[in-house]
Amino acid sequence: MAGAITAHLSEKASQRPKHITESPVVRIVLIGIALLFLALIVLLPLASIFVEAFKKGIEVYVASVTDPDAISALKLTLFTVIIAVPLNTVFGIAAAWAISKFQFRGKNVLITLIDLPFAVSPVISGLIYVLLFGAQGMFGPWLAEHDIKIIFALPGIVLATTFVTFPFIARELIPLMQAQGVQEEEAAASLGAKGWQIFWRVTLPNIKWGLLYGIILCNARAVGEFGAVSVVSGHIRGETNTLPLHIEILYNEYQFSASFAVASLLVLLALVTLVVKSIVEWKSSSQQEAKE
Amino acid sequence: MSTQTNNKTNRLPIRTLLVFVALAIALAGCGNSNNAANDKKDANTANNTSASGKTNNTAEPAPEPKEAVELLNVSYDPTRELYEAYNKLFAEHWKKEQNQDVTIKQSHGGSGKQSRAVIDGLEADVVTLALAYDIDAIAEQQYLKADWQKQFEKNSSPYTSTIVFLVRKGNPKGIKDWNDLLKDGVEVITPNPKTSGGARWNYLAAWGFALKKNGGDEAKAQEFVSELFKHVPVLDSGARGSTTTFVERGIGDVLLAWENEAYLSVNELGKDKFEIVYPSLSILAEPPVAIIDKVVDKKGTREVAEAYLKFLYTEEAQKLVAENYYRPTLESVAEQFTSQFPKLELLTIDGDFGGWKEAQTKHFADGGVFDQIYTPGS
Amino acid sequence: MKGSKSRSILPGFGLSLGFTIFYLSVIVLIPLAGVFVKTAGLTWEQFWDTVTNARVLASYRISLLTALAAALINLVFGLLIAWVLVRYRFPGKKLIDSLVDLPFALPTAVAGIALTAIYAPNGWMGSLLTPLGIKVAFTPIGITIALIFIGLPFVVRTVQPVLQDLDKDVEEAAVMLGAYRWRTFRRIIMPELIPPLLTGFALAFARGIGEYGSVVFISGNMPLKTEIAPLLIMTKLEQHDYSGATAIALVMLVASFVMLLIINYLQWRSNRRVAAV
Repeated sequence: MAGAITAHLSEKASQRPKHITESPVVRIVLIGIALLFLALIVLLPLASIFVEAFKKGIEVYVASVTDPDAISALKLTLFTVIIAVPLNTVFGIAAAWAISKFQFRGKNVLITLIDLPFAVSPVISGLIYVLLFGAQGMFGPWLAEHDIKIIFALPGIVLATTFVTFPFIARELIPLMQAQGVQEEEAAASLGAKGWQIFWRVTLPNIKWGLLYGIILCNARAVGEFGAVSVVSGHIRGETNTLPLHIEILYNEYQFSASFAVASLLVLLALVTLVVKSIVEWKSSSQQEAKE
Repeated sequence: MSTQTNNKTNRLPIRTLLVFVALAIALAGCGNSNNAANDKKDANTANNTSASGKTNNTAEPAPEPKEAVELLNVSYDPTRELYEAYNKLFAEHWKKEQNQDVTIKQSHGGSGKQSRAVIDGLEADVVTLALAYDIDAIAEQQYLKADWQKQFEKNSSPYTSTIVFLVRKGNPKGIKDWNDLLKDGVEVITPNPKTSGGARWNYLAAWGFALKKNGGDEAKAQEFVSELFKHVPVLDSGARGSTTTFVERGIGDVLLAWENEAYLSVNELGKDKFEIVYPSLSILAEPPVAIIDKVVDKKGTREVAEAYLKFLYTEEAQKLVAENYYRPTLESVAEQFTSQFPKLELLTIDGDFGGWKEAQTKHFADGGVFDQIYTPGS
Repeated sequence: MKGSKSRSILPGFGLSLGFTIFYLSVIVLIPLAGVFVKTAGLTWEQFWDTVTNARVLASYRISLLTALAAALINLVFGLLIAWVLVRYRFPGKKLIDSLVDLPFALPTAVAGIALTAIYAPNGWMGSLLTPLGIKVAFTPIGITIALIFIGLPFVVRTVQPVLQDLDKDVEEAAVMLGAYRWRTFRRIIMPELIPPLLTGFALAFARGIGEYGSVVFISGNMPLKTEIAPLLIMTKLEQHDYSGATAIALVMLVASFVMLLIINYLQWRSNRRVAAV
């Protein structure tokens, strides 16, 4: 476990001398199996979404993704993501810093608690906020008195999304920062660097790939969350419907093509972030090569 | 142990991260500008209101223009098309009569889930759900009076429906009545009565048929329904899920469905593929409507909310109801649609099952008759 | 690898840990406590009856078995995919690397609908498999396939970075000592991969137990046969039985927590062992 863990594919790892890699036949067989599996499990559903989306022609496709309800759902989804992802980013960095740079009791329990939202059923992740902030919930009467709406409004949707995507960034950073150790930061500190200076100049450059990757995953999951948001949204059209909920509505209205068209929009959204990530990686690796 | 050479070579400009931050900020900006755009839109509609108000004033002495009002109608799944059309009709009517703009927001979902959302604080001015039981549950939390069902005519049910069979074209399995569902090799599609309001009507209709045929012998009726559910290969959680299973996935020989859903599937998804079969006996499904007192009093929308529900009983609205395949309750309209809605013997929930509360406890509550069908070893 | 001793010269411990615990409490712990409070409304007997009802027990079994099967399959194929992506070069690799993240991005309901459409008897795969007598949609196999889809990225993405940074030198040394490829893999590479594999497996498994959105479409929801535990929670909610719903949720929550804790502990121990070498 030496060296930094990089979250992107570096060319180096695939450039291997002959004697420490497999024979060409084994390699081809392994690649073949891996690709076949991916094709069956991931590519096939994806293809079916696009086939369905364009079944009724391009006009239906365009009409359904430019529908006012679809656009308001898209806005709500993006707005939710813009609040939830930065919150979880700050948390992820703070948690990784505390866990990887210091020793304290109960660290394993803390890490497990951070993992917990992965394991909680989406149904429950929505329900917990209803139990807390719903009209019959613990804070319900107080909220009603002060006319504050959390459930069935934006704050509830943001909370549920934040919960579901809670561990992504922390999970990405903790092993990375643990592997990097504390020597560099300690060296900087003994040279008199201040807290934030150490972070910005030493730690951040070391973790930025992991961080970026965590943000992308967190973002992707936040955009696509369905179960938890469905419980707290109230499904008011044009108001509290996120994109995934809008897809469900269309599907339930027998507008299958339209619903898959909007779904394909989500896939494209995800692909765009992934492409941006690849471009950034590629640019920086070519810069790096130029430097060397 | 670690040699950290990789770190050093990997140190890249922080610019890349900044790009992402900038992207995020740009997106946030988008969100804000969107809001601004919305505000503008609101302002525009407000302007339009006053403008049209003026033209109205010159034409006839209409009441002073009032501030625009918004209602939230929390409904169940199969009423989407109906209320989309009805909301337009009512908004026009209200504008003409009261010179006030009214926007009706819709929320649709499973009936039970929607009822729960209202209890948990979804601020519905009116609810239009699949069964009275779901509104009773809201009344239990003091959101509206316990005798809410007396507030509007005909049990507060402006439209009714019933349960019919949807079969594949030509009816290859020869399904005519409830007992044909138990024939060997017949697969029946229905949603789960524990999660779907529509499925409870299905179940009760089957129960009622068996009870009648066996001269009121409950043990025989129970045998009948458990045999029926042995013919069910997929129990979807909602009515529309079942329709999709039957129509799109091609599973099953007969779908137990709301009459309106059956018509909708035939007309939307293929007249050449399915047909509707009316059994000898079915159940009168009364999807009721109600005003949520607590919400309308808080928001000051009682007047318009009451008008909204009352208008459902007018001839204009009843025609719309019939066009959306619900059975109109207004005689004059019902007569015009007799060919679409054949008369058949209908059981009623209050007359034959002692009301929803009793039916729910006996059949659908945990440990009830329905659960016994799926008890291991039975 | 080793952290600082009791006193570190690095700043920010109080701030970062304080914020971590505060945020964790607000977003996760306090809301989850609501589940306990609600369940506390039941007497012990009611609780026990609810969570050991025959149908509930059957649903735990189905959820656990399908999640376990899916996580095991993901363990094998996830490792393979990570291995191929990191070590070999082939055209379209970047694109395929991106594909792995898609299950995170796709709303679970969409995944469920798409998979059901493919594996239903009249779907692309279903029409090929049905003549062979293999039924996928509306059986536990269908549930497993949905869970494989949901869990795949967890395994690939935890294994990939570690695989990427494996020291070439150790492998070189093994070759020089005359070890065969397979032996090198088993003795040198595998031990390094076990901690991330465990984590990936645990996360995929935990996610699978709780998954709802994608499974309800493909499972068919037949009581005792393909009814999953989260669906029973929904069923209870539908009857306004909040305490019953939270009781089942609580059992699932505790099970997931204990499992994650064990895995994290195992990983921590193996980390320490590596660090001590």
